[in-house]
Amino acid sequence: MRILAALALWIWPLLATAQEWEDQQRFEGTEATRTLRVLSSTDTSFFAPIIQRFLREQSGWAIEYFVHSTAEIDTRFRGNPTEYDLVISSAMDLQLKLANDGFAAQINDIDHPDWAQWRQSLFAFTTEPAAIVINRAAFARQDIPQTRQDLIRALRARPEVFRGRLGTYDVRQSALGYLFATQDARASETFWRLMEVMGGLDIRLYCCSGEMIDDLYTGKIAVAYNVLGSYALARRDTHDALEIILPSDFPTTMMRTAFVPSGASNAQMGAEFIRYLIALQSMAAPEDFPLPPLNLEQGSIAQSTIALEPALMTYLDRLKRRTFLKEWESAIIQDR
Amino acid sequence: MVEAVPVSGSLRGRLMITLIGGAAVLALLLFLALRSYAAQVAQEGQDSILRASVASILDAAVLRRGQVEIDIPYASFSMLSTASDDRVFYAVHQDQTLVSGYEGLLPAADGGAAQDGFQTIDFLNTSLRLATASRMLVGESDRTRITVSVGQTQDALAGTLNRISRNAAYFGAGFFALAVVLSLWATSATIGQLKRLTTSVARRGPQDLSPFAKPVPSEMLPLVRSLNSLMGRLDQSLNQSEDFIAEAAHRVRTPLATVRSYAEATLQRVNRGENREALRSMIRAIDESSRAAGQLLDHAMITFRADHLDKQDIDLVELVQDLVLRLTPVADMRDVDLRVHGAAQLPYSGDPILLQNAVRNVIDNALKYAPTESAVDISLSDEPLPQIQICDQGPGFPPAEMDTLASRFKRGNNAEGIIGSGLGLTIAQDVAVAHGGTLTLTNRVEGGACVSLQL
Repeated sequence: MRILAALALWIWPLLATAQEWEDQQRFEGTEATRTLRVLSSTDTSFFAPIIQRFLREQSGWAIEYFVHSTAEIDTRFRGNPTEYDLVISSAMDLQLKLANDGFAAQINDIDHPDWAQWRQSLFAFTTEPAAIVINRAAFARQDIPQTRQDLIRALRARPEVFRGRLGTYDVRQSALGYLFATQDARASETFWRLMEVMGGLDIRLYCCSGEMIDDLYTGKIAVAYNVLGSYALARRDTHDALEIILPSDFPTTMMRTAFVPSGASNAQMGAEFIRYLIALQSMAAPEDFPLPPLNLEQGSIAQSTIALEPALMTYLDRLKRRTFLKEWESAIIQDR
Repeated sequence: MVEAVPVSGSLRGRLMITLIGGAAVLALLLFLALRSYAAQVAQEGQDSILRASVASILDAAVLRRGQVEIDIPYASFSMLSTASDDRVFYAVHQDQTLVSGYEGLLPAADGGAAQDGFQTIDFLNTSLRLATASRMLVGESDRTRITVSVGQTQDALAGTLNRISRNAAYFGAGFFALAVVLSLWATSATIGQLKRLTTSVARRGPQDLSPFAKPVPSEMLPLVRSLNSLMGRLDQSLNQSEDFIAEAAHRVRTPLATVRSYAEATLQRVNRGENREALRSMIRAIDESSRAAGQLLDHAMITFRADHLDKQDIDLVELVQDLVLRLTPVADMRDVDLRVHGAAQLPYSGDPILLQNAVRNVIDNALKYAPTESAVDISLSDEPLPQIQICDQGPGFPPAEMDTLASRFKRGNNAEGIIGSGLGLTIAQDVAVAHGGTLTLTNRVEGGACVSLQL
């Protein structure tokens, strides 16, 4: 009895750590005998209609949908690369590095534009810009800022309003936040000035877009920088309270990508799901596909979507990341 | 008569094999050279980009308070983007210890220290082109060596190479096809000269032994020269033998005539039956000999005249009637009727002496084989060509020997007991051929032989 208790005590923390999902849901199809395991950074609410529609087409299958933060996905997947049949993430750099390291299987029969796939193994299926989301109440009788410069001016003009009421990703935790920040920094020095101004106003740091939008809605924060606009748009109740601004000086746009791990046990069905995702986004019916579809006018230089290329690995370099984070911390965390 | 010559291969075949085989080897060499050159150029292209990438990373390395910092430029990896999305790997080592990048990505050590430069290595189950360079960083108190390696898969390079190989293959095939056409042409042009010579040899008449005068390629000159000299010798030896025969016949004829006249005179004086009979046999033998000698002379004359025809405008009917007139006594002796039919006039341009000889020999033959109290029909016509046909009512030609009867000294197997040398038809044929015509032998359905001289 004592041994059993000891065993239980020993096993319990193991089980607890093993099930640290942000969210995990099982979707049952008709007469499901096999299960497709999907590792994703996208909230279940967005994918539920997509998965349910897929399961109606494919009988005999169930889908187990695991949600993690982008950084966690990378760690988990590298720890056990054969456990999942499909990996979906918004952190393009981590996804590309996984593909580059040979973790992604090539699927040659998918006809996808060159800019939206890499090595026929990593496939993009959404185009999602990073947005500045503000609580309209904080800007009552004020001009709504349209660029980062406008935002810096607005923050400097009324620091008492915004102190402690700004939010952005904690780039040390969120891989997507890191991707947005590094691409911003690459595009313009304005990013650093904005970070310094925001840091001076005691900016709050978040792990995920969802939480930031919740806090915006309740009025806890007034401005969130580099949030996924799609998350805000998807929440109908926030429409009146929040304003989504796509900065017109330079937009930073990410593509959500998916790949089938090369060691997947249900690689065939994983590839089928990617094919389905690509087809579905091009039909662009919002009730079936709640995410923004791929922007087909790609290739024009004006649309600065982050390119799927090996250069994405630059900021993942250990030394480069260390330097960037040091700089970021010195800008954001000024007197803490 | 024509013996089978042993054949050793074909000149055309040998030429074709040499030319086409050579072209194939050349085309293959061209393809291989082009491909290896293209591979070298493509590899140099990839190497120079890798070198630039390594240099840009190495350039960004600094030693700050004893710690290595590298702010890798975005372009370092951006420049490695290819159409085939090649995978990129890199590693930064500080004095052999990994500072950043992929573990284990090191150029194969060649005698201890890692080599700077380019290598093709295996990494993570794939083949990489790896560029490596190093730099000494000097800090305030220490110095350290930084080694940067950047590797890239070669999918795009392979694609380029495949494309170039395909084009090189098309190029080689085109070259080969062109070479084949050229060798066909060269071969047929060369063989054509030989063929032309062969044709001109084959087209010659049996009597034509004159040398070849047409221009030939210098390589064929020795052959034509020896051919000409062979024909010259042949001609000379033929002429000599003809001359010899003519001379011999002439020498024999005169004494024969003398012997005949003595024999006839003796016949008048001899009364005893058996002696007369012996003398008659003697006279018949002498006749046969002198006739043969005459024909030999005729033949020699025809052989000589055939080369230099003395053409005159004559009337064939007149010629034939003249002959019939002269031969009528002989015909009468055998109770044979000589009848001339056909055209009243048949103008022709030919050698009258030769024609007379030919027709006389044929009529002679007909008279010899015609049974007594029969007729020999001589018909003349000019449709489609001037033609003289002489038909008898004798036994006809033996059908099996029809083709060979006109050969020299050839006599039909039914000619036993009939005087003859076997030269009559030969003479007629030679004359016909000399006039560009033919001699045709046929048998009449109702019996009897027909000889047609078509001119």
